[in-house]
Amino acid sequence: MKIRVRVNGQSYESDVEPRKLLAYYLREDLGLTGTHIGCDTTTCGACTVLLDGKAVKSCTVLAVQANGRDVMTVEGLEQDGQLHPLQTAFWEEHGLQCGYCTPGMLMSGYALLQDNPNPSEEEIRRGISGNICRCTGYVNIVKAIQSAANKLADAAEESGDSAKEVSTSGSSSD
Amino acid sequence: MFPNSFEYIAPKTLMEAIELLKQHGYDAKVVAGGQSLLPMMKLRVAAPSILIDINNIDELKGWRNESGYLRIGALTRHADLEHSEELREQYPLLAETAVWIADPLVRNLGTVCGSLAHADPGSDWGAAMLALHAQVEVAGPEGKRQVPIDDFFVDTFTPALEETEIVTAVLVPTPVGRVGGRYLKIERKAGDFAIAGLAVHVSLASDGTVAEAGFGICACGPIPLRGKRAEEYLLGKKLTPETIEAASRLVPEDAEPADDLRGSAEYKRDVLRVFAKRGLSDIAKELQGEVVLR
Amino acid sequence: MALHQTELRPLGKCVGRKEDPRFIRGKGRYVDDIMLPGMLYMYLVRSPYAHARIKSIDTSAALQAPGVKLVITGEDLEAMNLAWIPTMANDQQMVLATGKVLYQYQEVAAVIAETREQAVDAAQLIDIEYEPLPVVVDPFKALEPDAPILREDREKKSNHVFHWEAGDREATEELFRNAPVVVKKDVRFQRVHPAPLEPCGCIADYNPSTGKLTWYVTSQAPHAHRTVLAMVSGLPEHQIRVISPDVGGGFGNKVPIYPGYVAAVVASLKLGKPVKWIETRTENITSTGFARDYHMTCEIAAEEDGRVLALRVKTIADHGAFDAAADPSKFPAGLFSIVTGSYDFKEALVEVDGVYTNKAPGGVAYRCSFRVTEAAYLIERVMDVLARRVGVDPAELRKRNFIRKEQFPYKSPTGWTYDSGDYEKTLALALEKIGYEELRKEQAEKRARGEFMGIGISTFTEVVGAGPSHTFDIMGIKMFDSAQIRIHPTGKVIARLGVRHQGQGHETTFAQIIAEELGLSTDDVLIEEGDTDNAPYGLGTYASRSTPTAGGAAALCARRIRDKAKKIAAHLLEVGEEDVVWDGVSFSAKGLPGKSVTMKDVAFAAYTNLPEGMEPGLEATYYYDPPNLTFPHGAYIAVVDIDKGTGAVKVRRFLAVDDCGTVINPMIVDGQVHGGLTEGFAIAFMQDIPFDDEGNCLAPNWMDYLVPTALDTPHWETDRTVTPSPHHPIGAKGVGESPNVGSPAAFVNAVVDALAPLGVEHIDMPIFPWKVWQILREHGVTE
Repeated sequence: MKIRVRVNGQSYESDVEPRKLLAYYLREDLGLTGTHIGCDTTTCGACTVLLDGKAVKSCTVLAVQANGRDVMTVEGLEQDGQLHPLQTAFWEEHGLQCGYCTPGMLMSGYALLQDNPNPSEEEIRRGISGNICRCTGYVNIVKAIQSAANKLADAAEESGDSAKEVSTSGSSSD
Repeated sequence: MFPNSFEYIAPKTLMEAIELLKQHGYDAKVVAGGQSLLPMMKLRVAAPSILIDINNIDELKGWRNESGYLRIGALTRHADLEHSEELREQYPLLAETAVWIADPLVRNLGTVCGSLAHADPGSDWGAAMLALHAQVEVAGPEGKRQVPIDDFFVDTFTPALEETEIVTAVLVPTPVGRVGGRYLKIERKAGDFAIAGLAVHVSLASDGTVAEAGFGICACGPIPLRGKRAEEYLLGKKLTPETIEAASRLVPEDAEPADDLRGSAEYKRDVLRVFAKRGLSDIAKELQGEVVLR
Repeated sequence: MALHQTELRPLGKCVGRKEDPRFIRGKGRYVDDIMLPGMLYMYLVRSPYAHARIKSIDTSAALQAPGVKLVITGEDLEAMNLAWIPTMANDQQMVLATGKVLYQYQEVAAVIAETREQAVDAAQLIDIEYEPLPVVVDPFKALEPDAPILREDREKKSNHVFHWEAGDREATEELFRNAPVVVKKDVRFQRVHPAPLEPCGCIADYNPSTGKLTWYVTSQAPHAHRTVLAMVSGLPEHQIRVISPDVGGGFGNKVPIYPGYVAAVVASLKLGKPVKWIETRTENITSTGFARDYHMTCEIAAEEDGRVLALRVKTIADHGAFDAAADPSKFPAGLFSIVTGSYDFKEALVEVDGVYTNKAPGGVAYRCSFRVTEAAYLIERVMDVLARRVGVDPAELRKRNFIRKEQFPYKSPTGWTYDSGDYEKTLALALEKIGYEELRKEQAEKRARGEFMGIGISTFTEVVGAGPSHTFDIMGIKMFDSAQIRIHPTGKVIARLGVRHQGQGHETTFAQIIAEELGLSTDDVLIEEGDTDNAPYGLGTYASRSTPTAGGAAALCARRIRDKAKKIAAHLLEVGEEDVVWDGVSFSAKGLPGKSVTMKDVAFAAYTNLPEGMEPGLEATYYYDPPNLTFPHGAYIAVVDIDKGTGAVKVRRFLAVDDCGTVINPMIVDGQVHGGLTEGFAIAFMQDIPFDDEGNCLAPNWMDYLVPTALDTPHWETDRTVTPSPHHPIGAKGVGESPNVGSPAAFVNAVVDALAPLGVEHIDMPIFPWKVWQILREHGVTE
C-alpha cells in the first residue's frame, strides 16, 4: 500500500504491507532506529513516538494508519544542532543508563511537558507510566523531566512571548 | 511479533464500513484505537483477513450533549474523557475511570466504544457504563439500534453485536440532581487489568435522597456485572454510615469472581465491599459536606 | 548541573556520562539497529508442551513458503554434531530438540527467510507431531523414586543434578544440639527473570570467501562467548569476531549462550549470508536464563539474648530442564555460602541439591553475584525471625551479631575472607537518617489504633568481583580481567577493556580511573569495549565484577604507563628518574620549582623526543588477577503502610545506605542503587514465574510477568559510608548488584513487621495484596 507520512518534518512516500507496524516502518524503511522495541504486548513504551502531536506506542499502530499524518521520533528532538532541553536534562541528571528506554521516555516526557509545563512528581510519574525503564528506578528520569520543565520555563521567561515556540521547537511541523 | 497479512481498508463513511462487513463477515475486523485488537493480531490470537479502519469516519468522532444524554462517539479516545473538564460536573465517573485505563500512551489511541465492543471481563468502561446505565448505539445494514448496556455483554469477549454491526456510540443518560462518581480499582501494577474494579455513580435529589444509583463491577465474572441489589437498596434513601454499610455489603452479592493468580474469589468480593464503602463515603462527603446527614 | 568532563582529578566526582550523547539522540547502536546487505531473518518454532516426545517434524510446506531460504531441525544439527551445546554448569543443553522436548517454549526448529514476517508465517506451516509425556513441575516431586526421568541423555538415571555443601557439618550440629534457642523457617525465593528492556538477539555474518564469522550479539561476555563458540563450532577462534554493540540492559540475562544464537550461526554458515535473530519478549521470559528458584530451609542456633552460634541451610534448587546456571565452575550453587552474611557465626553448614524439572533452563544471576541474593535474602529474613523470637529489636539484634570492624580481614565459617567493612557505622547512619526511634514511636501509636505500619531492616554483605583465578573459572577460563591503554602523541587516550557494559557507565567511570591515574580529564580518554578483535581478553561484565577486576586492571595499566612516563619526564626535565615527583597532574623535579611537565608533554615526547635507547610509544596492557573478592555491604530500611481493606502495601520510604568502598562517580553509584532497588522491589511485590500442572508457563510476557512503572516505584533515598577495599588498586568494591541483593529482605521484613502483632513470622514473595488480606482476614482484621 502506498502511504505518505511526514516524519520529523520531512515527507516520505513508501509502499508498505498493511501489516507493517509503524515502529518497524520507522526503523527499517526510514532507518530511524532510535525508536526501539522491547516487548510484544504493548507494555514497555520503548517505541513511543508522537503521532499528530500525541504520544503513542508505535508498535501498536500500523504504518498505513500513519498515512497523511505527522510523526515525530526521538531523532526530531534536536534542532539545528541544538539538543532539546529534555535531552540535556536527561544527560545532566543521569536519567539514563543502558539507553534503550530513553527515546521513548524522551517522547513521553516531551508530550507531558506540552500538556503540562510544570508537572509535579506525581504527574510526571503518571505521565511516563506507559514507559518501562529497567535500569534507573525512575528517580533521575523524574528529576530530568523536572529540570527540563525549569529550563523551558527559564527560556520562556527570557524570550517572552516566543515561549511556546521554544517548548515545542522539536515538533518540526511547518 | 507480526500480524498475519491482511487487506486494509479505511472507509470514509459508516455505510461503506457496514457494506464491507456485509461483504466479508467473519473474516473482517473493525479497528478504531486498536489497542486491544493489534496486540492480539501481533500475537496471532486474532487473524482477520480484512481490517476495516474506521478512524476516517467523521460522524464517529467526539462526544456531544444531546437531549437527555451524552453521546460518546466511537472514535472518542480514553484520553478525551480523561481530560474533558466540561464533563467533570455532570459526568465525573468518566474522567475518574479513564485515568485507570492502561497508560497515557494507550489512552491516546484506545477508544471507549472499542473497549466495550471488545467485551473483556476486566473492562473498566464496562463497569463504568453499567454504573451509568448507558445504552450502546449500534449500526448495521438495517440501520441503528440501541442496546441497554446490561444486554450488551453476552459472554467473555462476546458483545451483542451481529457480524455486520459496528458500535457507533455509547449514550450516557444525563443525570438529575447533584452527581458523584468514583472508580475504584486494585491492580497488580499500574496500567494492569483490574484484580477487581468498581464504578460507583450516585445522584442526589433535592431532598438529599438517592435519585440514581449505579454500581458496575469488573474482573469479577465472565462479563462486567451490575451491583443490582445495592442499587435497589439505595434508591430513595439518604447516604448515611448505615445505608452505606448496608449497600456495600450488597455489592459483592452480585459479583461472580473466580479464584486465580490475582486472588481468591473471597478476596475479590471483600475488596468490592471495601470499594463500595469507600466510594459511597467519598461521594457522601463530596455531596453532603463533612457532616453526613442522619 | 555541570558535566565536569574536562576537569583534572576526576575520581570521585559526578562526571556526566560520556556515552549519553548518542543515547539521548536515539543514536545508540543496538544489535537490532544493525542492517547488513542481504540480511536474512530467523524465527524459532517452539514447543507448546512441557514434556513430549517428538514423533515427526514436517517442514515441507514451510520450505515452499515465500521467501524461505532454510529450515533447520535438531536432526540437521545432529549431523553437524551441534544438536547439543555445553552449558556453563558442566551440563549440556539442546539447541533444537531431538527426541523429545523438556519444557514449554523449547526451541524445536528454525526458519530463515528474507523478511521477519515471512519467517513467522512459514514457522506456522511446520507440522510437528508430539506425544505428551508426564510432566514434572514440582522439584520435590522430581526427587521422588517414581518420578519420570527427564534427562535420558545422562548416565545418572535421576532428576538429581548435584549435591554441594560448604561448612563444617560436625561442628555445626554440635552447636545446634546445645543451643538455647533454635529458629527454623522455610523460605522460598521464587523463579524470576532479569528481563532487560532489550531482548536477546544476534546477527551471525559468515563470509565464505574469508572464512571469517562476524557475530553481533547481545553479550555481557563477548570474549568468553567467542571462545565457547570456537570450541563448539570448530571455527578457529581468530576467525570469529564477536561484537557486542550497545547492550540494552543485561542483569545476567546476556551471560549464557542461547540456542537461538547457535541456530543463527549455523544458518549463516550454511547460507553464507548474514542472519538476524531477535527474540520476542515472550521468548525472552519463557526460554532464556531465569534466576533464583530456591526452596530454602534455614535454621539459626542462638543464645537467649539473640547472639548467634550456628547456621544450617538446606536448599532444593530448581534448575529446569538443563542446568544452565551461569556460575564459576567449582561453584554449582554460586557463592550461596556467603549466607552467614554480616554476622559472626561460629559455624555453618550450607547444602544445596540441584534438581531437573520440566521448566526452562537457567539459573543466571539476576543482578547478583552468583546466588548471593538468595543468600542475603535468607539470612536477613531469618535474622528477623530470630529477633522476634528472642524479643530483641531487629536493629539491636543485628548490632549484637555484626562482625566487628577490627575482625577484618574476617574468615567466615564457610571459607570466605571478607576484605573490609564497618557494619555498625553503616547501620548507625541508616537508623539516624531514617529517624528509626521516631518511626518506632509512630508505629506503636498506630498499632494502638489498629493500623498496620512496618519497618524492615536489611544489613547485608555482598561478595563480588570474581576471580581470583586460582578459585574462579568459567568452563576452565580463569576469571581475571584486562585493560589496554594507549596514549597518542597529542595526549589523547584510547583504552580497551575485557569487560562489556550494558548501562553501568564504563565509558565514564573507567575514563575517570584512567584520567585520575594519568593526570588527564575524562574528556581525554575514550573507552572501548565489546569487540573481540580489538579489546584484550576478559571474562565480561556481570556479578558486579567490572570495577573490582577491570577497574583494577585499568588503574594498574595506567600506573604501568606512568612508570614509563616518569622516565620520559626525567629526560624532559633533565634530571634523574629518582628526582622526578608525580603530584597527580604533572611531573616535577625535586628542588627545581616551577619546572614541570604534564602527561601530554610526555606523550608527545614518547613519539618525538625519547631518551636514548627507549622503546617508542606510550602503551600498556595489564591482565589483573585480583587477590581476593570484594565485600560491599549496606544497611537498608523500608517503611510500609498496609491498607487493611485491600491488603495493598505502600512503601512509604526506603533508605539505602551502601558501602562499596571508594566511589568513582557518586552520580553513577546512586543511579545503580536506584535501579537495583526497583528490581528488588519488583521481586518483593510483583514478580514470579509460576507454572500449572501441565508445565504451562503462567507469566510468559509483560502482561503477567510484571515490571514496575514509575507510578508503582517508590521514591528512593540513598546515602553512603566508605570503607575501601584494602587490596583493590583504588579501594573500590563494585555496587551494581548490592541494591537488588539487599532490598528484598528489607521489603519483606517491613511487611512482616507490620503484621507482627498478629504473630506473623514470614510471608513468601512476591507479596501480592491478596496474601496480606488473607492474613488479616484469618486474624479477624477487616475494614
